[in-house]
Amino acid sequence: MINPIENLNKLFDSRIRLGIMSALMVNAEVSFNDLKELLDITDGNLASHLKTLEENSIIKVQKGFIGRKTNTTYLITKTGEKAFKAHLEALEKMIRSTK
Amino acid sequence: MSEQQQSLADLQHIKKMMERSSRFISLSGLSGVAAGTCALVGAAVAYPYVYGRKDIFINADTGYQLAMAGSYRVIVYSWLFWIAAFTFSAAVISAFIFTYIKSKKENIPLWGTTAKRLMINVAIPLIVGGLFLVKLIQSNDIGLIAPASLIFYGLALVNASKYSLNELRYLGYGQLILAVINLKFIGYGFYFWAIGFGVLHIVYGTIMWLKYERHNS
Repeated sequence: MINPIENLNKLFDSRIRLGIMSALMVNAEVSFNDLKELLDITDGNLASHLKTLEENSIIKVQKGFIGRKTNTTYLITKTGEKAFKAHLEALEKMIRSTK
Repeated sequence: MSEQQQSLADLQHIKKMMERSSRFISLSGLSGVAAGTCALVGAAVAYPYVYGRKDIFINADTGYQLAMAGSYRVIVYSWLFWIAAFTFSAAVISAFIFTYIKSKKENIPLWGTTAKRLMINVAIPLIVGGLFLVKLIQSNDIGLIAPASLIFYGLALVNASKYSLNELRYLGYGQLILAVINLKFIGYGFYFWAIGFGVLHIVYGTIMWLKYERHNS
């Protein structure tokens, strides 16, 4: 029997990254501020997690403006979507495996 | 925690984050009960005016003069207008209060992207519906006012269910079914209106409260 844990993506180990991915899966794009409110964490903490995901081409950054204020939004990449779906499947397998 | 439990917790967390980020879920069942109660009280107060037991005008002389002249100002001289305006405000305010309390309890900000999205998608059918109702009043199609308001409100709720609690869809279906039945019984709109805006809200709100909120309070 193959070990289902192998399929779990290390990138999605943290609850915060899991939250970021969940929000990006169901929304076309999500702003930094909305993510911050959703996850209830500090700017620095959120930024570092976003950076990791971005470096792994899981998410894309989009910088725009609302009036004069900068508005940074994030969206999921094709790679990211695939990786997250695989992670979800692996989680499901984990739950079923011991039954 | 075993790996299995950990995976289950992760999946639950994912589901919660997906819902929170895409839907306005603070809507309290008690808001429905409160709005429905306001509607029923409003209907009871309006009943004698609607069925001619009491004079519809606040000041009869001015009222009839304006009505004869075909002036729109006649509306503000009618008791019904003020009863409706007061009922609507009371319903909105009381609904807001319970939803505000729920959002505080669950620590979800009340105003944000999800609330905005919900507002816009509810406003579209309601504003168009409002304009249509004004036209119905102008062309004196009074019998169609109740079914038309139930139709637009029902469609607004079905639309809202995509941006808020999924169950709103069933409240919407209820309003739409009532509206269609009402079309067969034009002239009884007052009762359909009271059932739709009063009874259905209370039933929906009670079910939602029992389903989601009873255990947390």
